[in-house]
Amino acid sequence: MQFANPDTVESAVNLLATAKGESYVLAGGTDLIVQMQAGLKSPDLIVDIKNIEEMTSITADNGGYRIGAAVCGAEIFEHAGLKADWPGVVEAIDLIGSMQVQSRATPAGNLCNASPAADSVPAMIAADAKATIAGPNGRRTVSVLDIPTGPGANSLAAGELIVSIQLPARKLRSGDAYLRFIPRTEMDIAVVGVAVNLSVDEKGICTDARVGLGAVAPTALLVEEAGSALVGTEVDDAALETAAEAVRAVCRPIDDKRGTAEYRIEIAGTLLIRTAKIALQRATG
Amino acid sequence: MSKLHVTALINGDEVEFLCEPDQTLLSVLRDELNLTGTKEGCGSGDCGACSVTVGERVFCSCLMLAVEAEGKEIRTIEGMAEGDKLHPLQQCFLEQAALQCGFCTPGFLVAAKNLLDRNPDPTESEVRYWLAGNLCRCTGYDKIVRAVLDTAKEIRQADGS
Ligand SMILES: Cc1cc2nc3c(=O)[nH]c(=O)nc-3n(C[C@@H](O)[C@@H](O)[C@H](O)COP(=O)(O)OP(=O)(O)OC[C@H]3O[C@@H](n4cnc5c(N)ncnc54)[C@H](O)[C@@H]3O)c2cc1C
Ligand code: FES
Ligand code: FES
Repeated sequence: MQFANPDTVESAVNLLATAKGESYVLAGGTDLIVQMQAGLKSPDLIVDIKNIEEMTSITADNGGYRIGAAVCGAEIFEHAGLKADWPGVVEAIDLIGSMQVQSRATPAGNLCNASPAADSVPAMIAADAKATIAGPNGRRTVSVLDIPTGPGANSLAAGELIVSIQLPARKLRSGDAYLRFIPRTEMDIAVVGVAVNLSVDEKGICTDARVGLGAVAPTALLVEEAGSALVGTEVDDAALETAAEAVRAVCRPIDDKRGTAEYRIEIAGTLLIRTAKIALQRATG
Repeated sequence: MSKLHVTALINGDEVEFLCEPDQTLLSVLRDELNLTGTKEGCGSGDCGACSVTVGERVFCSCLMLAVEAEGKEIRTIEGMAEGDKLHPLQQCFLEQAALQCGFCTPGFLVAAKNLLDRNPDPTESEVRYWLAGNLCRCTGYDKIVRAVLDTAKEIRQADGS
């Protein structure tokens, strides 16, 4: 195996694009190194991106934020501006693993690893986050929603990597939140994860809402029907119940030791209601 | 496969070592540098027995490649006492019997020191969350949490006087 830690995006792309055999980007390694130790991956080349300045910083961007793909969860949690504008995204990232994991794990890696239960992904989907991708043909920007394609699979082409994740500018009276259900209180994998991001007008009527859903389908989902059920309402109990039903309707979970499919579907709706109430409180508070 | 040459600052000393590109830092610490205070419990980031600090943050050394240590400042349990003088956390763990078999102890001490360096006055729940990545199958955690809180208080009092 070869190890490289280039200091520009262009040289990282070049290394990945010209590599023979299996090659992987290394961000925090909290998935990649575990998979290598378990013998599930045997890279011929690893490209560490933590030496690339553009990928190791959080910067203001058109009123929103650009989070470099190598920025770890702990650093995101310590960023006052991000926490104030996108508390739901930050709390979802903060749920990933222990302090030791937080010191390494990145949301971009969480996204690329494409676990259906990845905690940061529903929150980034609800936030309408975009990923800037660099590759042999230059750069492109795609919705975070379009990156995972199935468990462990993503839509990046050979030689491509995520440079940064962008969170848009915050509208007035907006709030987001993420809740996951786990059988323990820390250090477990989501049985269901729900993110809600919404805005209200001066009268408290919801003007837009996005709902992200994790761990109940092969990839995290955007539940448009649940968002539309909230728009035009005061996010009252009736609207929440309709949105919860919309969430339950799109769940396609598996049965496993953490919960049966039936249980996950039931919980998904309940979590939607709780999450939306927190988002609403943040938007109006 | 040719070995890579790495230079890092380990417990304040400049250390050079050779490693395989896919070797973990944990494996280098234990097998090449004979720093066996850092333990291997799971090798997959779940138990925290392998905790070390890299710069200002606490890492699982089983989830870091040794080659990533190049130019970094690393601290292991061996760097915690000053000569024969134990760190207050070590002293308190001993006095309050915050350990039984002791396998998890180096990891807990390294992680707890990192917490107190950042936050000299943590609440009990902050201590519990900070140490959630360190598993102990013997103590039931309570004595560990108490020892960390008591040490924090002791250090604050010493600094205040
Ligand atoms: C003990 C433990 C507990 C955990 N708990 C949780 C949890 O509660 N919730 C949760 O969601 N996850 C959890 N995880 C998994 C979580 O840590 C990872 O999914 C993490 O977010 C991945 O980020 P990373 O930077 O470590 O990625 P890496 O391991 O470096 O990379 C992951 C994958 O993505 C690719 N990749 C990384 N960055 C890029 C990029 N910029 N461009 C293209 N490809 C890239 C890599 O090649 C690799 O295939 C846990 C892991 C551990 C070890
Ligand atoms: S050995 Fe590293 S976390 Fe268990
Ligand atoms: S004292 Fe035995 S594992 Fe903690």
